[in-house]
Amino acid sequence: MMDFQTAVFFFLSAILVAASLRVITARNPVHAALYLVLSFFTAGGIWMLLQAEFLAIALVLVYVGAVMVLFLFVVMMLDINIERMREGFWANLVPGLIVAGLMLAEMFAVLGAKYFSADRMPAPEAAAAGYSNTKELGRLIYTEYVYPFELASVILLVAIIAAIALTMRKRKDTKFQEPAKQIAVRREDRVRLVSMPAEKD
Amino acid sequence: MDALLQPVQDLLGAAWVPVWTLVKIFAIILPLMGCVAYLTLAERKIIGWMQVRNGPNRVTFFGIKALGGLAQPIADGLKLLFKEIVLPSASSKTLFVLAPVLALAPSLAAWAVIPFNDGLVLADINAGLLYIMAITSMGVYGVIIAGWASNSKYAFLGSLRSAAQIVAYEIAMGFALVTVLMVSQSLNLSDIVRGQGEGMFANMGLGVLSWNWLPLFPMFIVYFIAGVAETNRSPFDVVEGESEIVAGHMIEYSGMAFALFFLAEYANMILIATLTSIMFLGGWLSPVGFLPDGFHWLAAKSAFCLFFFLWLRATFPRYRYDQIMRLGWKVFIPVTIVWLVFIGGWMMSPLSIWK
Repeated sequence: MMDFQTAVFFFLSAILVAASLRVITARNPVHAALYLVLSFFTAGGIWMLLQAEFLAIALVLVYVGAVMVLFLFVVMMLDINIERMREGFWANLVPGLIVAGLMLAEMFAVLGAKYFSADRMPAPEAAAAGYSNTKELGRLIYTEYVYPFELASVILLVAIIAAIALTMRKRKDTKFQEPAKQIAVRREDRVRLVSMPAEKD
Repeated sequence: MDALLQPVQDLLGAAWVPVWTLVKIFAIILPLMGCVAYLTLAERKIIGWMQVRNGPNRVTFFGIKALGGLAQPIADGLKLLFKEIVLPSASSKTLFVLAPVLALAPSLAAWAVIPFNDGLVLADINAGLLYIMAITSMGVYGVIIAGWASNSKYAFLGSLRSAAQIVAYEIAMGFALVTVLMVSQSLNLSDIVRGQGEGMFANMGLGVLSWNWLPLFPMFIVYFIAGVAETNRSPFDVVEGESEIVAGHMIEYSGMAFALFFLAEYANMILIATLTSIMFLGGWLSPVGFLPDGFHWLAAKSAFCLFFFLWLRATFPRYRYDQIMRLGWKVFIPVTIVWLVFIGGWMMSPLSIWK
């Protein structure tokens, strides 16, 4: 009889593995993206089981709540011809297999080696009663690792601005609304009272 | 209470914790569903009175004339329950059925961390605020999946509008909450409320002036308006804009599946109103020193915020889509960032009131 945590772990892992498999086997790209959402959510559950509640919630907040929404946004608008996608299957099979084999070898090297096996790692100390994952992470990021963290944020900012600058096109015929101008309009700017002599017949 | 429950606890043994938690969940969800039902009636009545008409006044209990209109939500619910759920033949069936569930579930799950009174909360977790943000951000899937699975152009346009709108306003909402957690120095919702009960004005017996709404006034306004936009309520209801895309993502839905979207919308409204009360209006705290704190204050504050939702709907015409995007990205996000920096400076200065 395994304990409750192990049972939850196996339950979540089973969902995670099944959902990840469906991500690559699902015919419909929207279904595949939704399976990816499910696998992110389950991965969040597993992280929660490791008592990394900040990371777990951040995963759901960032990937499920924002990234995948935009991803779905794009995927839903694709007009996909399944027949045409199948065409290059045999041509792409060999390079695909090579890449897959490389990745498998890398994973074996890391996960299969004795150095990384669980019994080599010291068991982490149990957290104190008032331990806050969020606070600890914040303290580390903003004190010990503040330079790498700020550097990463600047690089991301540059990437955002570069992406916008590369894709933005100014169309000449687009009309813009300028609310500040609209609000600043006075009666005198728009209406002209003309004094005309009354007509006599 | 504990002595009364002890025999039941002994009887159930190991099953006690899940059973007792389920009881608590029902104690939250059932009144919430009642509130949702009667919020629809309140909406129709209040907007009716604002437009000098009576609103629903016919359906009554046991033929008592004075209760006219009070049974309207129950009649509506029964009617929708007995209607057929039509599955469009070219739709993605599983997702079509799943979408209303995905819309409703997050708005109910978020209630787990809402503190109703000091200590009266289902799950008093440290990262309560993060949990709320993560769970509410999942509500958008209901709308997106509904729009795509319906295989209808109107529904699809509605879901695209919704995805862009919700992602845009979530950022401003998140920044508004970041300032709240900065001044509270906690992500725990109970601690956020308790933090508002301290300070100069609270000691003078004027708790209402020590709540977050005063020092964080721009954030309070941004959070509430972003909340209206997040729940797709008028004037931000382009997602289901009747005059443009009929009913948006809900166009192919009928019967109870359709009703679930409405339940989700009204449950989200109540959630946003309650969260506004907790973050900015002092939750269960009493506004003045001589009245006791308690759940009734949270209920009154939430009702006040909910009234604003209805009032806005009766007052403003629908925003144009590009204006919604402009308000979200070009007005709210800069305002929140400026106030975030300002509050940060204030907290570090000797004038800080959050010591």
